[in-house]
Amino acid sequence: MTANSTVVATGTYLAVIGMEVHAQLQTASKMFCSCSADYWEAAPNSHVCPVCLAMPGVLPVINEHAVEQTVRSGLALHCQIAPFSVFARKNYSYPDLPKGYQISQYELPLCHDGFLVIDGDDGQPRRIGIRRAHLEEDTGKTIHADGVSLVDLNRAGVPLMEIVTESDLRSADEAYRYLVKLRTILRYLGVNSGDMEKGAMRCEVNLSLRTAEQAARGEYGVKVEVKNLNSFKAVRDSIAYEVARQTALLDSGGTVQQVTMGWDEDRRRTIMQRSKESSEDYRYFPEPDLPPLELSSQWIDGVRASLPELPDAKVERFTGEYAISRLDAEALTAERSVAEWFEDAVHAYSGPPREVANWVTGELFALLNAQEGDITALDLSPDDLAALLTLVDTGVINRNTGKRVLAEMISTGQPPEVIIDAQGLAQVSDEAGLAQIVDSVLAANPDAVTKYHDGKTSLLGWFMGQVMKETRGKANPDVVRGLLAERLDHR
Amino acid sequence: MADELYSLTIHEAAGMLRRGELSSVALTEAVLDRVVAVDNDVKAYLALTPEAALADAAAADALFAAADDPARLPALLGIPLAVKDVILVEGVPTTCGSRILEDFMPPYEATVTAKLRAAGAVILGKTNTDEFAMGSSTENSAYFTTHNPWDLSRVPGGSSGGSAAAVAAGECLGALGSDTGGSVRQPAGLCGVVGLKPTYGRVSRYGLVAFASSLDQIGPLARDVTDAALLLNTIAGYDPRDSTSMNVPVPDYRAALTGDVRGLRVGVPREYFIDGMQPQVEQAVRAAIDTLAALGAEVVEIRLPNTEHALPVYYLIAPAEASANLARFDGVRYGLRHPDAETMWQGYTMTRGAGFGPEVKRRIMLGTYALSAGYYDAYYLKAQQVRTLLKQDFDQAFQQVDVIACPTSPTTAFKIGEKADDPLSMYLADVFTLSLNLAGNCGLSLPCGFDAAGLPIGLQLIGPAFGEGTILRAAHAYEQATDWHLQRPMLNNMPAD
Repeated sequence: MTANSTVVATGTYLAVIGMEVHAQLQTASKMFCSCSADYWEAAPNSHVCPVCLAMPGVLPVINEHAVEQTVRSGLALHCQIAPFSVFARKNYSYPDLPKGYQISQYELPLCHDGFLVIDGDDGQPRRIGIRRAHLEEDTGKTIHADGVSLVDLNRAGVPLMEIVTESDLRSADEAYRYLVKLRTILRYLGVNSGDMEKGAMRCEVNLSLRTAEQAARGEYGVKVEVKNLNSFKAVRDSIAYEVARQTALLDSGGTVQQVTMGWDEDRRRTIMQRSKESSEDYRYFPEPDLPPLELSSQWIDGVRASLPELPDAKVERFTGEYAISRLDAEALTAERSVAEWFEDAVHAYSGPPREVANWVTGELFALLNAQEGDITALDLSPDDLAALLTLVDTGVINRNTGKRVLAEMISTGQPPEVIIDAQGLAQVSDEAGLAQIVDSVLAANPDAVTKYHDGKTSLLGWFMGQVMKETRGKANPDVVRGLLAERLDHR
Repeated sequence: MADELYSLTIHEAAGMLRRGELSSVALTEAVLDRVVAVDNDVKAYLALTPEAALADAAAADALFAAADDPARLPALLGIPLAVKDVILVEGVPTTCGSRILEDFMPPYEATVTAKLRAAGAVILGKTNTDEFAMGSSTENSAYFTTHNPWDLSRVPGGSSGGSAAAVAAGECLGALGSDTGGSVRQPAGLCGVVGLKPTYGRVSRYGLVAFASSLDQIGPLARDVTDAALLLNTIAGYDPRDSTSMNVPVPDYRAALTGDVRGLRVGVPREYFIDGMQPQVEQAVRAAIDTLAALGAEVVEIRLPNTEHALPVYYLIAPAEASANLARFDGVRYGLRHPDAETMWQGYTMTRGAGFGPEVKRRIMLGTYALSAGYYDAYYLKAQQVRTLLKQDFDQAFQQVDVIACPTSPTTAFKIGEKADDPLSMYLADVFTLSLNLAGNCGLSLPCGFDAAGLPIGLQLIGPAFGEGTILRAAHAYEQATDWHLQRPMLNNMPAD
């Protein structure tokens, strides 16, 4: 537990929660062979070689990029990086584990003793301890169907990083926020795709409940593990479910059993997978096929120097440097690509950064949500947005037309000037021309003019609307307002 | 017998091939004929590939014919060799002496055999071994027991007994074996040939089916020291596919054979002359040490005080690693799959139950136990700690001496069946060899005499890490001064057992 930990009661019990996240590393090849690690939708057993098939006599060779990705992650999570770490064999039998053991790390992991700061349930920052982050290999996939078991080993040997927290989380929402934050950081680092649907991140929860009296005595309740959680929502829901289940159990005088559970998404409940008595003995021992991994301090410093600016630092800088709200800064930094796109637009634009923030978090995010796309995938460059904003600022188009043009820019990929020309959207600021229209509107609505003169000055807006209607929205509102005022107020 | 082509040494044959006095095809045919003549008795080979061998021999002859300067061709070009059946040769069945790999066809090539092929060597076939190299007699082979060419009623030693017997019987000019606790040196000693276990990391293990990964090394078996040096020259070196291979330059081991051992400090460890060893073995080894002294070496008595712990340490670490290494043989991807299994888990248990022999099962059980929760610290971890002490023994000894001389085995070849039902007495056959697998340094065995029954006796010369050149030099000097290595078993006169 950390010094700033706060205790949030769930009913009469306090939840103590730790998490393990398995994150696939984004590397070109697998952890110990040169097969492509990009197995998604590949034909079964097409990304395999003697090494990842565990043919007799093969040997593993460490993927240096995977080591670097893990160290990057460890540094971003404020971990100590071990100059000397050891791979170990974790022994168990299953058809999707071709060697009959998984090469993992046990006693000496690559990264240890770090932390991640999240917003606690009380809104205050909470420091979640990272016990360790180590490197291992993914398993293949086994499919049991129609009385046969089928094995696909494309995934076997894909680099996998396991990140283990201390038991510092206190609620389902905190666990959820931890995962969102972790995912954001890993995506920033280019370490993990964050693609839950493709299994790029898999979560396990361990959870126990205790009374305030137990907490005061430094005691813990019985720990239950929930495995194979494939979405952040499943993590949140399973924790909420387990807290409720165990609370009811304890309230009725029962005791919690030390078990491993799974999450049944359809029935929205946890189900028991195995008891403590049947838990496996993995017989870890140091992997004799791989010498200990020794990292020089220069190499580690080089990795440290290559780290990008991380989201927390970006939020601080954006709020200061660009004078935008914390809310906007958080929205703009949730994805590194968006943050960088935003900054490019700010630099291309001569007006205030706040204006760019408004357009990105407002119009652009709305359009992106409708398309479920990524800002970098849009056919819209930061320069294009800056050009559009400049056109609004200089009065070539008005703000509402600007929104229409933006949508058009995204769908056609054309620059704003071309769209404005082609569709005749340029704002009409020509006083003589607008004066004719204003005069005709006033002439056509004598009753309204009379009412205005009788004191109903709010009709000015209605007159504006009539002129806009005649000009299909293109009239420069400032010019129109001036002309109307001149005619109605200064006869 | 020296006029028979099959009994040539590699360096003799290589000279004749270069001088145009012999073709590789003729040599290969002579050796294959010898196999046909004697292997029904010796039973050294599990698989023979005569067509491929003769094609490789013809290719070698073409290279000799086309060469402007045959002296520059690789030393092993056109030389017929055998490979222990725990080393993969692409396209040649590899069984590891086990039923579980009865029909296994390797889809890739081991680094060592790729190097032999690149040098133009002719691979004749795969030699018998105790199942997964676990044994000291080849009696644990699931297929048959190899017979010692010096006395067909006796074992050839093991686990590389097939390779050692093939070299001794003229069924190849040289061979590769693997040595995890003595499996090259002990059969070399029992068959009267030269066998070398290189320093751990000297030779790539890629393509060697793992028994105990931290102990296994591939090594050559040959008729004399020069041949062993030539084979080591070819197979040694760093391999990026084996992270435990060492990026240490490979010297020309043949060039190390100067014949001069003057001033060489030879250590004689008191712990290697034990009660219960065959007196004639001790006499022969002591006489060999005297010969080295007469050649100018300085003989020093040394201590290797932790030697008595080597056997129990070995029988914890090797089975522990083996228990994991053999987990991949599950019938899912290759090898035996039991046809009667109805469920996935039955598939595992029935396949492994039927596929592994009793010694392999015994070691899997031992290793699993040593690694289990609650026992790990007392067994596996303690064994690793003692292993460090054994290594320190050698490190300290090699501050005093250049080479250690001792017996290879406590006895000469024992009778087939004599120890088959007594694993502990079988394990003692390796008591002098397994220390250096644990410590990682190198050693070789060469012939140093015969007992009263005419069975060969092996002298073991142990060197420090990457000291192959030194032990080969000492062995070669001894060999020059003696003629044990020129003796050949009178196989044709021996009745089959």
